[in-house]
Amino acid sequence: MVPTDLRYTKDHEWVRVDGDEATIGITQYAADQLGDIVFVELPAPGKTLDQFATFGVVESVKAVSDLFAPLAGEVTGTNEALTASPELVNGDPYGEGWMLRLRVANHDQLDDLLDPDAYDALVAAG
Amino acid sequence: MNAAAEVTVQNTPLAERHAALGARLIDFAGWLMPVQYRSIIEEHRAVRGRVGLFDLSHMGELFVEGPEAGPALARALVSNPVALRDGRAQYSMICAPDGGVLDDLIVYRLAETRYLVVANASNALLVSDALAERIQGFKAVLDDGSLATGLVAIQGPRSIDVLGPRTDVDLASLRYYAIAEGHVDGIDALVARTGYTGEDGFEVFVDWGRTVDVWDGLLPAVEEAGGLPIGLGARDTLRLEAGMPLYGNELDRTINPFEAGLGRVVKLDKAGDFVGKAALEKAAGAPLSRKLVGLTMEGRGIARHGYPVFAGERRTGTVTSGTQSPTLESAIAMAYVAPGDAEPGTILEVEIREQRIPARVVALPFYDRRNPPADG
Repeated sequence: MVPTDLRYTKDHEWVRVDGDEATIGITQYAADQLGDIVFVELPAPGKTLDQFATFGVVESVKAVSDLFAPLAGEVTGTNEALTASPELVNGDPYGEGWMLRLRVANHDQLDDLLDPDAYDALVAAG
Repeated sequence: MNAAAEVTVQNTPLAERHAALGARLIDFAGWLMPVQYRSIIEEHRAVRGRVGLFDLSHMGELFVEGPEAGPALARALVSNPVALRDGRAQYSMICAPDGGVLDDLIVYRLAETRYLVVANASNALLVSDALAERIQGFKAVLDDGSLATGLVAIQGPRSIDVLGPRTDVDLASLRYYAIAEGHVDGIDALVARTGYTGEDGFEVFVDWGRTVDVWDGLLPAVEEAGGLPIGLGARDTLRLEAGMPLYGNELDRTINPFEAGLGRVVKLDKAGDFVGKAALEKAAGAPLSRKLVGLTMEGRGIARHGYPVFAGERRTGTVTSGTQSPTLESAIAMAYVAPGDAEPGTILEVEIREQRIPARVVALPFYDRRNPPADG
């Protein structure tokens, strides 16, 4: 069961909204599928993202995967610990392995995301 | 997975073992193979530091037998298997008439009249067909043993301690690139001191149906020595650190052995003609159009297969393989570049997602077990 206080994309990102601030990362399922994560590339603060736009990449030993913004907004911060320790994404994807903070542009976009039950079903279906 | 793929994908004799170990399985060259059991990095480090066990049963084992088996192979391949002594092996290639590499191979001389050629899984059928055609007219026959022969590799500094007690082959006197007939856990086996990891290690050829027994005997011993089963993911990072080419990346039909830095394998002066000789003689005397180099990334980013390489504003070449090196803990790559840009120390740039990231040309290999990196 995935954390119940989050919303999810079909591409396996999660978002936690607190007021106007959204925190974004990838799910445990995504981290497990990628395997050992060795590189995370994130945008500079100030950049404005559209909903579902590519905001960066995550690389495992073998593969490169794009990251997609669950919500539109302006980047207010990134997890700089991932530069030296990208493996935090494998170890604690919903906590220390967070990636991005956004100022939410439009709260209605949360309705376009999966709730925990729907995301669980997506993962279960493979 | 679609229905067509399900029909064509083949299982090695160890498929059930991989599934039971929780391996992530992928379709590799038509075979369902473990890419990792738990972690590519952990598996990689197990082989560098201790020992790892690999299922390589997907590879092609082609036996060439008969009084003219040696000369037949000398005609078919670029190396000279006739020059091998019994029980010794050589790295070789099979080339097209235009000198392009069809596959890279290991040739083992089991006896004067019996050779074993090991081909990559992705090329096994092509090599089998080409050998069958090229040895016509010689007193030699091809026995394609690919689906009758299992292959398990045990690699890493502890491999001799793990395999030694389980075999009657005298491993201490088995030299690098040598092979001996014997037994492993009482099962008929060919034991070779070869591998694709940059570590000491062995490859064990056994009957397809007995492969699972050999694996079941070796795996607990490997684990007791602090080792792990190893998937294709770590096999790739291990060979890349060791600067070894992978067919489909550093080698393909459009590349000749000289460009790949493997000209030493081509024996232009051996007796008789061989397929590709005229083209390779010309290539040996001509200036190279490109050269395979090692790169270490000087900026943030991992170069990957297919990424463009620049010298200033000039496109100089293309990355063939790249990864984050678990041993060096930095990004490494191999690339073909213009010969003038191939000198170690040269700073080039790799284009990664529309950004140019500096990379330094370095001598291969990245990792040499006889000269390991300072403790890290």
